[in-house]
Parts: sequence; structure tokens; C-alpha cells
Amino acid sequence: MPTDKSTATPSPRRSAAATLRAPSFELVHHTLGNGLRVVVAPDRSAPVVGIAVLYDVGFRSEPEGRTGFAHLFEHLMFQGSANLDKLEHFRYVQASGGMFNGSTHLDYTNYFEALPSNAFERGLFLEADRMRSPRITEENLANQISVVKEEIRVNVLNRPYGGFPWLVLPPVLFDTFPNAHNGYGGFVDLESATVADASAFFDSYYAPANAVLCVAGDLDADNALELIERHFAPIRRRKRPVRPDFAEPELAAERRATVSDALAPMPAVALGYRVPDPGTDLQTYLATLLLAEILSDGDASRLQRSLVQSKRLVTDIGAYLGTFGDPLEERDPSRLNITAHYADPGATDKVIAAVDAELARLATDGTEPGEIDRVRTKFAATIFRELDQVLNRSLEFAKFQLLFGDASLILRLPSLLAQITDADIRAAAARLVPSSRAVVELIPGANA
Amino acid sequence: MSTTADSSQQPAAAPRKSARHAVTLPVPALTAPAKPKKITTAERVLSSGVRVVVVRRPSVPMVEVRLRVPFLSGKSHHLTRSALLSETILTGTEHFDRTSLAIEMQELGGDLAVGLDADRLLLSASALSAKLADLLGVFADVVSSASYPKSEVSGERARLVERITLARSEPGVIANEALGRRMAPGHPYGYGLPRIDEVQATTAAQVRALHHDLVRPEGALLIIVGDVVPSRALDIAERSLAAWTGSAGTRKVPALPQIERGGLLLVDRPGSVQTSLRFGGRALTRLDDRYPALQLANLAFGGMFSSRWVENIREDKGYTYSPRSALDHATLASSFSLSADVATEVTGPAVLETFYELGRMATLPITEAELALVRQYAIGTMSLSISTQAGLASTLSGLLGAGLDLEWLTRHRDRLAAVTVDQVAEVAAEFLAPTSLVGVAVGDADRIAGPLGRIVEVQGG
Repeated sequence: MPTDKSTATPSPRRSAAATLRAPSFELVHHTLGNGLRVVVAPDRSAPVVGIAVLYDVGFRSEPEGRTGFAHLFEHLMFQGSANLDKLEHFRYVQASGGMFNGSTHLDYTNYFEALPSNAFERGLFLEADRMRSPRITEENLANQISVVKEEIRVNVLNRPYGGFPWLVLPPVLFDTFPNAHNGYGGFVDLESATVADASAFFDSYYAPANAVLCVAGDLDADNALELIERHFAPIRRRKRPVRPDFAEPELAAERRATVSDALAPMPAVALGYRVPDPGTDLQTYLATLLLAEILSDGDASRLQRSLVQSKRLVTDIGAYLGTFGDPLEERDPSRLNITAHYADPGATDKVIAAVDAELARLATDGTEPGEIDRVRTKFAATIFRELDQVLNRSLEFAKFQLLFGDASLILRLPSLLAQITDADIRAAAARLVPSSRAVVELIPGANA
Repeated sequence: MSTTADSSQQPAAAPRKSARHAVTLPVPALTAPAKPKKITTAERVLSSGVRVVVVRRPSVPMVEVRLRVPFLSGKSHHLTRSALLSETILTGTEHFDRTSLAIEMQELGGDLAVGLDADRLLLSASALSAKLADLLGVFADVVSSASYPKSEVSGERARLVERITLARSEPGVIANEALGRRMAPGHPYGYGLPRIDEVQATTAAQVRALHHDLVRPEGALLIIVGDVVPSRALDIAERSLAAWTGSAGTRKVPALPQIERGGLLLVDRPGSVQTSLRFGGRALTRLDDRYPALQLANLAFGGMFSSRWVENIREDKGYTYSPRSALDHATLASSFSLSADVATEVTGPAVLETFYELGRMATLPITEAELALVRQYAIGTMSLSISTQAGLASTLSGLLGAGLDLEWLTRHRDRLAAVTVDQVAEVAAEFLAPTSLVGVAVGDADRIAGPLGRIVEVQGG
């Protein structure tokens, strides 16, 4: 329990969260004739710009027999385009003093640059050129299949706990291919990919109408829109693909599985829970988001205090929403993960029971006074900090526009979180029962 | 490779041919560069010796704080005790226990993390800017009254052992530790992670004594960047830290030994599907007149994506995902290092290409086009790295900790602009030559010893 800190620097203890306001960013919206949705977020505080293009396709949409294709395709988008040879995209960005990257997620794929503002138009051209036509050849495809295989080796196959739990939970928690399969891809599938597959994937999913462009930073909104028209409007309009419904029925009972990891020195366990749909029930979803923070953010959180500090059952434990730890980057169905590493191979059931006890305690007794407030204050502050970076601003506004149809939602999150009550948190905790989860236990093989 | 890389000096690039489109479009030229914003610092040295530096950056209603305490010590038990200190310094103070301190940080919208390397202990925090006084109150409480409760130290000691076990199962950690031992044999810079038996033998009293000896204001640096009024922030810092006094105990700071020369060290990891390659050598410090040329030589070789090594072993040959070279700056020396994880079956060819590209850098000049590319990249990414509160705070902490300042950073643009191809060639010959470097390969010895042995002298395995 907290010690009396009345002699320390006194500070007002009223709810900070209720009064927190996100910094204001002007957002200008526009849709081009070809359907490309555009968000412009000017801010002249530093001489840099962020450019983000998000396509509404992720590894949930890749075809059977082509696991890992969405990610492989992301690599191919850097291999040259209508007016650029291989290697030129990278060189133009870096020769401008900028940085680039792309990443593939469950429901979208992003491409982005952070640039000194004098390279703004150049950055627009580079993104427009590959939206127009990536240059995909047999040679580049073979090269990038090799690169992606090394990416998978370094991140999954050659290291302990590689892909744990993001590759091992979905096949237990979900039943359909889109939700359950390995998004990094199997080597056989990757090696089977063809240039024709890539063309078909581009035609289906990389239409301007299936994308959002967000530019942020040191730019003038009118001028930016003019340049965007100039570079993106000539790209031919194509049909926007219909996104299938990926929903799955709720679980009937708890599911359990084990995976062995020859490189791991210690056991681990991952619990994956079905969660509400953020698209149709944001309020309930946000309560689950705050619950995850209450469970594992920092030394004052429930699971840290109980399992790490008091019972000393685990080395580390974390609770988070979504595949990669961003709680607002997926549509339904998503999940809440709780993962723990611990030294004693016989302790798995005790670890799970201790998690269940903490969830039951929250569902029954609710939160401590001030507990929700401090967690949402912290969460809001984390958003402000994210938004300080121009590249993050362009990525976040684009993501919220693409997934939720509302770029400004991220700025309203603090006030939405302020409405979450103790009853909401209790209800969220009460939903995390064994029958709504999958459990994957990792059996270590190293030092065995 | 030829082509591209037009810099701001050039007009629009010429239209280029496209195999697929009748009409080709020109890549837009860069427009006139925005003038870098001048950064104004406010500074005060407190009577205790802490140097406080504040920058107002009101982009978001947050503040970033870095407290850097010199921590280099040659004492044999320092590594273990400092590791345990960094794990337990936030577990109890005069006014807080572990939980109430964490609660306080959340209420401030804050995060407080402890970082440790051989040179320094670093407390890094962010918080709502309106809460700066409370945040510095927490800092003051931690540095002047961390209590290291016995039960917390014993709990974290057990966790530290488990974390070291986890870390040592990572091939990258194994490789970095092996390279460190060759780069700085028997020196704190080369120690890597603590030994488990030594962690287990470390007591709360020993950690407390280390705090008493070294967590002192003299020589410490406090950086505050954010939505604050500088004069007020300086006053708050002075008031908050008034109780933190004293000078650090005398420390033996051992001179850096010579690099341990010899063949490529092979560390066997049976069944490994990749080989973790690491090479390292000495480099110039940022105070050296020739440093800007070395910075650009590193970028041209492998310090950015559009570099020779990356374009060769990744984009041409597909041997690896993320090869990268880097310059790192520690208090006693700077170093040049290479890192790549390559498929086991191409380990030999990957090392061959690596030596080829290093050898080219060391014996032939880079082109003017390459120089323009790396120069613009170096200048542009410098602007990006200081465009956020957090980036500026960390940059300042690193610069001031090394005896440099913002003025150095500002003038660095001009230094980079003045570097010539010949100057790059001269430093590359000295620091990027394969014979200047030592290397480590962590992988399946049965499969890689043969191919490697045909290219380089191999030891170990």
C-alpha cells in the first residue's frame, strides 16, 4: 500500500484525466476523384514533414496457400515503380535527408517517410509513383523472398520466443484461415509466390480508393492539397474491394495448446481472450483497453504487484490489446493478450490461477480509488508524446481515418476514456473468463 | 552502382526512361531548405554541482527529463552491483514505497525508466508539463534517499538472474558479448552482462553503498525539454534538488586496453539457422577534426539503407534482412561496428562480400554522388532526430555528457558540408580496413567453419 507521502512535494489530487485536453491539430479532409482519402495536418513547429499512405489490406486478407504474401508484397512496393528503378526509392528519400519504412499489420499496410520539409513534393511523388504502378520483376521477387526469409529467421526461427505469442495464439483462438494463419508466412508459401500473384494482389487491394494518405508537419494546407492533386489525381480510379466479414462465433470453452521452443531456456504462457468489436462498441472496447493498463502498466499495476512482486511467480508479465501492442490498430475480431515468462516449468497452472484471481478480484471488488484516473492520465499523456513526432502524427491520423473513418478520434480519446467508469472496468474484467480464451504454453527445450 | 542522388544544389532530375510507361515523369527537385530553428538553452549550475539545462519546446503539453550520473568504475564488483542498483533504485525512498512511486508517476502522466551502461546511470522520464515540479520531486527523492529495501533487492536479484538467462539465449547477445570481450578485454566496456553467481552474492547493503558512493550531484547533468518556462524550470530544479549533495567517491577509471587481435572468433551454436556476424574496431571521437569524414565513410559503407554493404548483401544477394554499420561513442573511446545476421548456408559468401566492400572503402575513393547522398542524409536526419521533445532531450544528454554542446551540433552541418572525397578516403583507409577490425561469428560451427576458413583465419568453434 502507498506510504504517507504528505511530507513530499504536495500536489493537487483532483482528477487530472477529466481536465486533460489533447493538443489541437488542424485537420483538413479531402477525397480525390479516384477515391483516395486525404488528411492534411499542418504544424509549422519544426521544419519536417511526415507522409503516410495506408492501404486497407493486411495479412488477414491474403489468400490461402499464400501465407505471408501481404508482407512480402510490402517489400515489393520498395523495389521500383513506374518512373523509378530498383534502389531509387530508398536513395531519393535518403538523399533528401529523410527516413522511410513500411509495415504490414492484420488489417492494413503502411508506407511512410519523414523528410525535411523541402523534400515534401518529392515524397508525394515517390508514394504516388508506386500507387500508380510498382515495378515487380522475377528477379526482385526472388531477391525479396530471400530477404523476407532472413527476416523471419532473425525474428522467429533463430531466436528463443520468436513469434511468441503473435504467431502461436491465433491458430488456437480462431478457426478461420484469415484470423488463424501465420501472417509472416510459411517458407513453402513464400517460395511459391509469383509475379502474377503480385499483380493480382495489387489490382485487388492497392486501388487509390482503398487507401488513405496523410501528410503532417511543416506545410501549408492549400499548397499541400494542390500538390497532392497534381501527383495523385492522375492515378486511374479502380474499384474499391469489398472487405469480407471476418467475425467468428464466440468460443464455447477454453482452448489449450502447447508449443515447444528448442531455443528457450524458460517456460512461458500466453492467454488470448476474445474482445468486443471496437468498430461497433467503442465504449466497451475502451474499458477493456483501460483494464489492460490497470493489469500491467508499471509497478503499481495489478499483475505486477501480485505475480511479480508479491508471489514472485513470474519474471515478467504483460497484458495488451492487439497483435503488436497497439490497442487501436485492428478491426474485429481482435484479442487481449496476457503473456508471462517464469523459471519453474511446473508453475504454469499457478500462474494462470493467479491471473484469474486478479481478474476475479477486479470483477467483484472493482478498482481502487484513483486507479482508473491515474491509468487514463498516463494513457492520454502517452498519446500526447506520440503526437509530438511528425511521422507518428501522419501514421496515427491515417490509421484512425482508415479503420474508424475519423482521423480526429485519436484526439478525442482522452475525453472518451474519461467517461469509463468503475462499473465498465468490472464488466470488462468479468468478460475475461476461461471460456473466452485460448491458452498456449511454451515448453522450453534449451538446457533440457 | 551509378545514378541518382540529386542533392539540393541540382535542379530537377532529368526525366528517365521507363520500361512500362510511354510518358515518363520527373522526380521533383528539393525546394529551398527551411532554416533550422535556433534552439535556445537556459542553464544553471547548482551549488551541489549539478548542471541543469532547459529548452522550451511547447509542441505538446509534455516535458522530458534526463538525469545523467557518471558511473564508470574499474572496481571488479561494479558491473554486478550497478546492474542490481538499476533494477532496484525505484523500489523505495524516504517518501515512497515501490507501489506509491509508480502510482505517483501514473498520476503525473509519466514514465520513469533507469538506463545503465559502463559510462553512466541515466534516469529518463516524461510527464505532463504542468507536473514538472512533482516529477522533479520524484527524481530528488530517488537520488537522495533511495533505500533499497532488503526484500525488494532479493526479489529483483532473482529476477535479474532469470533475465540474464533469457538474454544469454539470444544469439545477438551472445555475439555482442563475444565481440565486447575482444574490443575491450578485461575492461568495463567489454564486460557484457553480469555473471549469475556474482549477482546471487550481491547484497542490499552493497548496492546501498554503491549509491552512496556514486549517485552524487557533482558532475551530474539534468536536461529538461518541453512545454515549460525555462527560468521557472531552473528554479524548480534548484529547489527540488536542494537536498541532493556530496561528491562522488574516487573511482579508478581504467585506461582502455588494446583490441585483442586475431582471427575471426567462431562461437558454436549447433543447429543455428543463421550466423550472427559482428565486427568492430576503434573510431575517431566527435571532437576529432576528421570525425565528420569518418561519419560519412560509415554511412557510405553500411550506416544507412542506400549504402554499399546493404545494397550488396541485402538488395542484390538477399543474404540478410538488416545489415548495418554504426559509430558509437563512449566516454573513453569511440568505435566502429558492423552487424548482420545471415543465412547459415551463405555465411562464407556474406563474409567475402563484407570484406570486399570494406576493402573497397579502404583502397578506393567513393564517388561525388555517394558523398552528396550521405552528406544530405547526415544533415537531414540530424534535424529529424531533434524535432521532438524526447529526441532533443536524449540528443542533449548524449552531447553534453560527452563534453560537447548544441553549438557543436549547429556547426556540425558546416563541417559535414566541407568534407571532401579525399578526406573520406583517408579515414576509411585507417578505420574501415578489414585489417583494422576484429570479428565474431555465432553459428553452427559444423556448417560454417569450413567456408569461413577458406576466406579468413578462424579461431574457436
